[in-house]
Amino acid sequence: MSEQQKKIRLATVWLGGCSGCHMSFLDLDERLIDLLEQVELVYGPLVDAKEFPQDVDICLVEGAVTNVENLELARTIRNNSKQVISFGDCAVTGNVTSMRNRIPVKDLLTAVYHEAQAPIGAESLKVLPALLKKALPLHQAVKVDIYLPGCPPAPERIATVVTALLNKQPVELQPEMRTFG
Amino acid sequence: MPVITLTINDELVSARSGQSILEACRDHDIQLPTLCYLDGLSARGGCRLCLVDVAGSPRLLPACTTEALENMVVTTHNEKIDRYRRMILELTFAERNHTCAVCVSNENCELQSLAAELGMDHVRYDYLNPELNLDTSHERYGVDHNRCLLCLRCVRVCDEVEGAHTWDVMGRGVESRVITDLNRPWGDSESCTDCGKCVEVCPTGALFDKGSSVAEMKKEASFLRRILDGREKRQWQR
Amino acid sequence: MNPTSLAEQAAQELQRQEQLKLRLFLCYSTPCVAAGAEPVKTALEELLAKQDLAADLEIVATGCMGPCSRGPLLRIKNADGEEQTFEKVTPEQAKEILLHSIANQPVETTALPADLPFFVRQTRIVLSNSGEIDPEKIEHGIARGSYSALAHVLHEMSAEEVCAEIKQSGLRGRGGGGYPTGLKWNLVRKSPAERKYVVANGDEGDPGAYMDRTIMESDPHRVLEGMAIAGYAVGAEQGYIYVRGEYPLAAARLVKAIKAAERRGLLGSRVLGSNFNFRIDLRIGAGAFVCGEETALMTSIMGRRGQPVPRPPYPAQSGLWGYPTLINNVESYANIAPIMQQGADWFAGFGTEKSKGTKVFALCGEVVNSGLIEVPMGISLRDIVFEIGGGLPDGGKFKAAQTGGPSGGCIPAEHLDTPVDYESLKELGSIMGSGGLIVMNESSCMPDVAKFFMGFCMEESCGKCVPCRVGTVEMYELLTRITDGSAMLNDLETLEQLCRLVQETSLCGLGMTAPNPVLNTLHYYRDEYLAHIQENNCPAGVCQLDQIPLLKLPEHAAELAVFKEEH
Repeated sequence: MSEQQKKIRLATVWLGGCSGCHMSFLDLDERLIDLLEQVELVYGPLVDAKEFPQDVDICLVEGAVTNVENLELARTIRNNSKQVISFGDCAVTGNVTSMRNRIPVKDLLTAVYHEAQAPIGAESLKVLPALLKKALPLHQAVKVDIYLPGCPPAPERIATVVTALLNKQPVELQPEMRTFG
Repeated sequence: MPVITLTINDELVSARSGQSILEACRDHDIQLPTLCYLDGLSARGGCRLCLVDVAGSPRLLPACTTEALENMVVTTHNEKIDRYRRMILELTFAERNHTCAVCVSNENCELQSLAAELGMDHVRYDYLNPELNLDTSHERYGVDHNRCLLCLRCVRVCDEVEGAHTWDVMGRGVESRVITDLNRPWGDSESCTDCGKCVEVCPTGALFDKGSSVAEMKKEASFLRRILDGREKRQWQR
Repeated sequence: MNPTSLAEQAAQELQRQEQLKLRLFLCYSTPCVAAGAEPVKTALEELLAKQDLAADLEIVATGCMGPCSRGPLLRIKNADGEEQTFEKVTPEQAKEILLHSIANQPVETTALPADLPFFVRQTRIVLSNSGEIDPEKIEHGIARGSYSALAHVLHEMSAEEVCAEIKQSGLRGRGGGGYPTGLKWNLVRKSPAERKYVVANGDEGDPGAYMDRTIMESDPHRVLEGMAIAGYAVGAEQGYIYVRGEYPLAAARLVKAIKAAERRGLLGSRVLGSNFNFRIDLRIGAGAFVCGEETALMTSIMGRRGQPVPRPPYPAQSGLWGYPTLINNVESYANIAPIMQQGADWFAGFGTEKSKGTKVFALCGEVVNSGLIEVPMGISLRDIVFEIGGGLPDGGKFKAAQTGGPSGGCIPAEHLDTPVDYESLKELGSIMGSGGLIVMNESSCMPDVAKFFMGFCMEESCGKCVPCRVGTVEMYELLTRITDGSAMLNDLETLEQLCRLVQETSLCGLGMTAPNPVLNTLHYYRDEYLAHIQENNCPAGVCQLDQIPLLKLPEHAAELAVFKEEH
């Protein structure tokens, strides 16, 4: 396969978020068909890949960095990707995920795992990755190249960013396309 | 009233003597970002977004409180000023818990739209995540300190226009809070006239109508000019 | 009172003093009282009563004598004018000194050498009465010339001439800004208004600084006289002196002094038989550092929340209640009477080309003789620290001198020979400030010092403007990270950018200067910052550095899992 025909390697990642951004991505609808002609989806909740691969061209990261596992993955993403995009408000600002930040981690876990109406139980804590003291926006953990805000970002915003990236053009969102929330 | 001439962004413009630089800019459709300033209220110079460069001044000056003078040379935008404005917005977002996605004023918020307008796309500083509360003791309105910018429009409109002075500030620095009646619950306030002007002028979702859900709170601060003109020009009298 | 009766009273009081066999001056200023001057005074008074010596001698509870670290201080002066000063005096020693002196026997307690550099290297203009008079007795002051300058000004000079004299003296604002005082007076004098005000700023708040407190406590009439002269010069009939809330003694003495002066016609209506009326009222602060900023101070005087307002307009155009207002620091006013008495040229004979006169410093920290000193402008830092201050204790090595408090910076050892004046200190990235001077040895960690001052500014920020309100908190967070080991190299860049922002966009001087200690220490001691961040090492051995940068956390995941083990 010649260099020109080689597909762009796209990854999407779901960190501490609600997956709403991925839903919005799916709302690209028929545009997804065009997109998949140009890219190869190499990692993410939409494909079956266990490890974050090498040589990713574009990576959309949804969600805040909220636990140790997120942090480790974020670093792998950065190391293996050419362009990292903070995808949606949780990745850009911490958003809803970071609303737990003013509660000490210990109190938080106690409330959920021991004191909730239907306590989940201490057993589950053993498999739960340790929470960071605070949920962080992605750029406070690793370097981020592009910010794509919105909760979730409307499909038009996603299309604008991805199209620009595929065409190797600078990403310029108009003011009305870069609001938080 | 005597007219003066000054230069704003390399163009000669006229202004009325006594006008602020900001008023002169707005009269000539020159855009300047503001948060604490509101037409009809006294200028305060606290949000620092309307800082402009005035030739001969060693410092940037707030356009809202600086009088426009004959022959002044003003620059409203350059790389440094724009960068500083974005940094100031970053600090504003970092200070309290602004979560646009779940805010009553989502899509109708001055802070939110300014961030988009000025290109403040991420905050580099630590979010301070302060522990703040909500007072919904008033029958019709609520105050959520998580979304307050301390612009003090509520304090000023209540004092200067309504004449009730229900609102004031307690504490200092980052601990400052707007309060009603010496920090009693709003619902217990004896001075509050329930007029709702504070809610209308609040630039974010900090003051809101009870019962409004996410993105439902729409405000109209321009009522202020209307009632002030009405008073000054006695438009309601025959 | 008129000028003649003022002179008569001065002569009368001098005569009384000369007839005494012995005068005992006991330093009764705050540091000496803290060191135990009170029991010394009681012991002396009891002895006096028992021996029935009251007719021949007097005990004068004076203001500050200077070397505070050596207190309680006792100075005796016999009828021939011979003086001896004793340090760290106990009640027993005091009694011994008194009994032997009165019997003309040699005193057993060792006196301080008369040529102690601490005393001989100073030039006392502002503090000339401090330690010489009982500040609560107006006669003491009058005997040493208090209000004679005012009498001269009121009867012999025009307002314009007074302003011209001050301008010629080269006096500059002693609160730290260094604005030429004469120019300011002229601006207010020329501002047309039906009413004008004079304000004295005694809201001193820099950590470790107590110059203004001492001046107000030790010689309150000097300040009042300066304000009255200013009132005459600018055309004001009302003065306010704003005293920091934590200075109750200064406030009490000023109240007493104002009353005493009013009773004698030295203040109030028709001052000293002239047509000039001048009233001074006291205003007491409520514990906000920002009220030392002139616009915030005036807002506070007007009974509102003590927050600054943007300048322009400057107070000289629109100050208290919108009227032209002259606002100067307490120490500036304390310089006025000597200038009017001895002339602008005499005053300009002290100091350097651009910084005239003397400056009072509160010398403290790692120095043998800490205390209050007054030195001519242009003296080298080396002379202050090693001559007057007597060097560092316990063989300590000089690392830096901090001037200007939270608005200033640290001057490193290589600049010890810099003359102390407004321009030179500014060039070194510090400021003259109000006069705090803290000497530091090798055990001071510079990022930690910067963090201390940033913490101070953060606490004291009034909250009106965003850069200062939030910026100081964010800068403090970054400095905390640097000093606890959790900083990354890019934090340093973020910190520096933030410093510039806060410096350039804050509303008032507090915010504008809050980054100075950081920028200044980053300039001279960058390697210390880097050692903290890159080598996890605090060269001074102050910082714990027991935290981990966030991005290193995965390797330390086990440490985060504390919660799991507990359950």
